Amino acid sequence: MTKPILTVKNLAKKYGENIIFKNISLTVNEGDTIVIIGPSGTGKSTLLRCINLLTCPDEGQIWLDDKEITAKGCNEDAVRQHIGMVFQNFLLFNHLTAIENVKLGLTKVKHMNPAEAQIKAMNELERVGLADRANHYPGQLSGGQQQRVAIARALAMDPRIMLFDEPTSALDPELIGEVLEVMRKLALEGMTMLVVTHEMGFAREVADRIVFLEKGSIVEEGTPDELFYKPKFERTREFLWKITELYGKKETEKK
Amino acid sequence: MSEWLAFFQRYLPDFIQGAGVTLELTAIGLGLGFVLGLALALAKLYAPKWLRYLAIGYIELFRGTPLLVQLFLIYYGLPSLGVTLSQSMSAFLALGLNSAAYQAEYFRGAIQSIGASQMTAGRAIGLSRWKTIRYIILPQALRLVIPAWANEPISLLKTTAVVFLIAVQDLMAEGKRAATATYDPIGSYLAIAVIYLIMVFVLNEVLKYLERKTRIPGFEMETKKA
Repeated sequence: MTKPILTVKNLAKKYGENIIFKNISLTVNEGDTIVIIGPSGTGKSTLLRCINLLTCPDEGQIWLDDKEITAKGCNEDAVRQHIGMVFQNFLLFNHLTAIENVKLGLTKVKHMNPAEAQIKAMNELERVGLADRANHYPGQLSGGQQQRVAIARALAMDPRIMLFDEPTSALDPELIGEVLEVMRKLALEGMTMLVVTHEMGFAREVADRIVFLEKGSIVEEGTPDELFYKPKFERTREFLWKITELYGKKETEKK
Repeated sequence: MSEWLAFFQRYLPDFIQGAGVTLELTAIGLGLGFVLGLALALAKLYAPKWLRYLAIGYIELFRGTPLLVQLFLIYYGLPSLGVTLSQSMSAFLALGLNSAAYQAEYFRGAIQSIGASQMTAGRAIGLSRWKTIRYIILPQALRLVIPAWANEPISLLKTTAVVFLIAVQDLMAEGKRAATATYDPIGSYLAIAVIYLIMVFVLNEVLKYLERKTRIPGFEMETKKA
């Protein structure tokens, strides 16, 4: 299980004079769940957007499996279908029902025939527990349900890795649990995941490693226990415990 | 009373025929304007720079000059460049080219309000830019645009009246002929006014139906809130 799926090397991005992040190196192995934490405005979202090439990094390289996706002449659309992305604001296609949202990539990107796509899409909805909402439009679903459909939409493409950009930040507190539950299940099934979140309960339970990002650089990374109990930097401890206080305890302690 | 009856018996068939021409002008002008307008809006938003400026130039030119001037340029001006178009062809073309500029602005507004985030979502699952526009952006924008865009068919239907000046036999031309023949401008023009009014009313109902029919469940509430 130590085969690297995603390798990021010396990645840097700036907007004008404003450095978003620099010198970011990161390896995500197959089946790993890596959680990225850090104060807002430290470039976490931009980092994810760079990884699936929605934003163009200024420096550095990214490999998906053994293929360098930052190489010149690399087909971005082909890369993106192997990287699932879940956004803070769900970004479902509003004019399509839940199942059509999941199906679209299958028929239009993977050119699967409609009957097969229908079955596959239904399976993905089942995986996130929303088979019974297949024919609802996004506007008829709760935020938590919308986000689960968005996860199913990304999963349908059979991605090598899933990127989550603060997937629960836009949700009402009582809806966060259902989304985290789906993510926890995915991690257990062996999906490779890179998650930006403030949900420390999730991070402590599910993450193989936590990466602490501040002011555009990686301050420290390690297992949850290392970071929570014996961090190398005082700043890491401060931030972690402050966030834990703000965003609640371990999921098990809540129950 | 019998005078009125005689008037209608004499001129109603002409008016109906003229109304048919008016509807034809509206439909073709609208259709041409729709296709060209959509292309202009997409060019203005997504095309490379030179094409974008071309689209902007077109829109400003056709919105900034009177339709009548455009019509005369096409009908009287083009022949001196070796292109001679019939009266109806000139009318179709002028109305279509003019309407395109207005429709482009409606489309642009709707596409922009769908927002860049839907583009991001489409690209994220591996759709190309064009496929995202086609399957994600346009289906939403074209629904969203209907209430605002609905002004255009109605406005265009009434605007078609200017084409009688190049002797196209539309409802306006028939009205003018009746007025001259009967020395009864009030009766004649009132009669065609009523026919215009009926056409606008029916068109309006059709558009309202279209808006209801294409509504996305749950989506209208969201737009209302926002």
